[in-house]
Amino acid sequence: MSNMKHNAYAAILAGGSGTRMGSTDKPKQFLMLGDAPIIVHTIEKFCVFGGFDRVVVLCPAEWQNQMRDLLERYLPAHADQVDVAAGGSMRNDTVMNAIRYMQDNFDVDEDTVLVTHDAVRPFVSHRILQENIDAAREHGACDTVVPATDTIVESLDGATISAVPDRRTLYQGQTPQSFNLLKLKELIEGLSDEEAATLTDACKIFVLRDEPVALVAGDVGNMKITYPQDLRVATALMGD
Amino acid sequence: MLNCVYRLVAPRSFEPVQMQVSPSSESVVVRPTHLSICNADMRYYLGRRSAAALAEKLPMALIHEGIGQVVFDATGAFERGQQVVMLPNAPCEQDDFIAENYLRTSKFCGSGFDGFMQEYVVLPPERVLELPAGIDTHVAAFTELVSVATHALTRFGAIAHGRRETIGVWGDGNLGFIVALLLHVNYPNARIYVVGRTAAKLADFTFATDGLLSNDIADLPPVDHAFECCGGDGSASAIGQIIDCIRPEGTVSLLGVSENPPPINTRMVLEKGLRFFGSSRSGRADFENTVQLYREYPETLDYLRSLVGEVRRVQTVADMAAAFEADTQKRGGKTIMVWDV
Repeated sequence: MSNMKHNAYAAILAGGSGTRMGSTDKPKQFLMLGDAPIIVHTIEKFCVFGGFDRVVVLCPAEWQNQMRDLLERYLPAHADQVDVAAGGSMRNDTVMNAIRYMQDNFDVDEDTVLVTHDAVRPFVSHRILQENIDAAREHGACDTVVPATDTIVESLDGATISAVPDRRTLYQGQTPQSFNLLKLKELIEGLSDEEAATLTDACKIFVLRDEPVALVAGDVGNMKITYPQDLRVATALMGD
Repeated sequence: MLNCVYRLVAPRSFEPVQMQVSPSSESVVVRPTHLSICNADMRYYLGRRSAAALAEKLPMALIHEGIGQVVFDATGAFERGQQVVMLPNAPCEQDDFIAENYLRTSKFCGSGFDGFMQEYVVLPPERVLELPAGIDTHVAAFTELVSVATHALTRFGAIAHGRRETIGVWGDGNLGFIVALLLHVNYPNARIYVVGRTAAKLADFTFATDGLLSNDIADLPPVDHAFECCGGDGSASAIGQIIDCIRPEGTVSLLGVSENPPPINTRMVLEKGLRFFGSSRSGRADFENTVQLYREYPETLDYLRSLVGEVRRVQTVADMAAAFEADTQKRGGKTIMVWDV
């Protein structure tokens, strides 16, 4: 990493317990994809990108030592670029922990950009990262999306369709989601307890407060490895 | 590191594949920014190579002409953000007599090995060369092609006899333009004649002494030496004309790639005592000489700018196909992909 200050920080969110990943009790970001754990691929992508002053991995407290071991084993060349910190119980708690960590350890100011990303999306591209930083700087917040390909139906009672929204106006959210760091902090801290309990998406907080959230074009390849079959698909995307 | 490589899997069909690469302590990671399409790429894209060649070489990422920015360098030779040209030839051995681009063991991007259509290109520092600050990126994108001409002229300088007063260049395409331009720069007192098929293209060779249509070369004086830059179906007639027009003991430089072997009038080659030599690709020294040329003769870059044809931003596989399709429609010049994947 060069000495140039980018005033952009990355938070890799690895807070999930991984309970959805079949019979394994290991958080899914630690499963192997090719020659390295999924999360290692993700972190390396952020390090090689080179536009962040620091990449912070937020993971469950009980996994922090293992996380550091993995970094030492797989990414020694990037050791000075990555920190490991404790995640939270909910996604917003984890994001808040990331914000606190940045403020406690780095020179955060009103222009600082925070790029948050799922640890289990290792195929994020250079373009998506760059456009996130640019869009967050210009608009204050951005979300990475792809146009919805399936028809989305709404059901308020869970039994019958209440609406079929026009698919042309619908997108599927991916990550990164990126923000002006201090603005995000201000909005999260302004949430009522009830709001905080239900708002699991940081971009939604901006929308709720009538703050603009720009769209960044994602990529269908920027998949999230959630279910056991996702790991098979991810492996199939890789060449020999 | 996961790196998305965009491979041609069949004619007119690109697919992304995630490759695991491990940049070592001796690697430079370059983010491609501007890629230039070559006729050799188009032969693969359009399926105009033999079925055997396509079966052997695909899937493969195309493109061997390109520049980028250094994003990570464990060697410490480059700063992050430095603009560099990527060298497509990877020599696997050294030889005291055979240049790296002719060694059969060398690997060449976009010809049996993945080219530059990748999210990142991981290279040893010997295959990365810094470009002059502020250089026109659209022109710099086809530095590899210029280095091929530099290579041919360097060999010409070592092989051809010393009378270099009148030189003929057959071919009014991109390579013909660059070879004629470099001859003009290297031999400013020589008369450079260009023979081509398209009057409008010949008109762009403003630095040359004259341009003549290949079906009417009555006004072409005898030439001391000649460069054949046609390739394809034009090779045979160009070589025939060169043998007729060239003075005895002249040197003929062959640069055009032809899928079919052209017939050669060997009787006249013998009678005139002609020398033929082929040139293909280039090595690091040729790239260094080309970048030096950019620095010493920046007007060269101004002339080369006229070769920039279609410039297309590429973010998706569909954009890649569109850029290659655009290249099929071009009148001339180079198609440049502003690479943003």
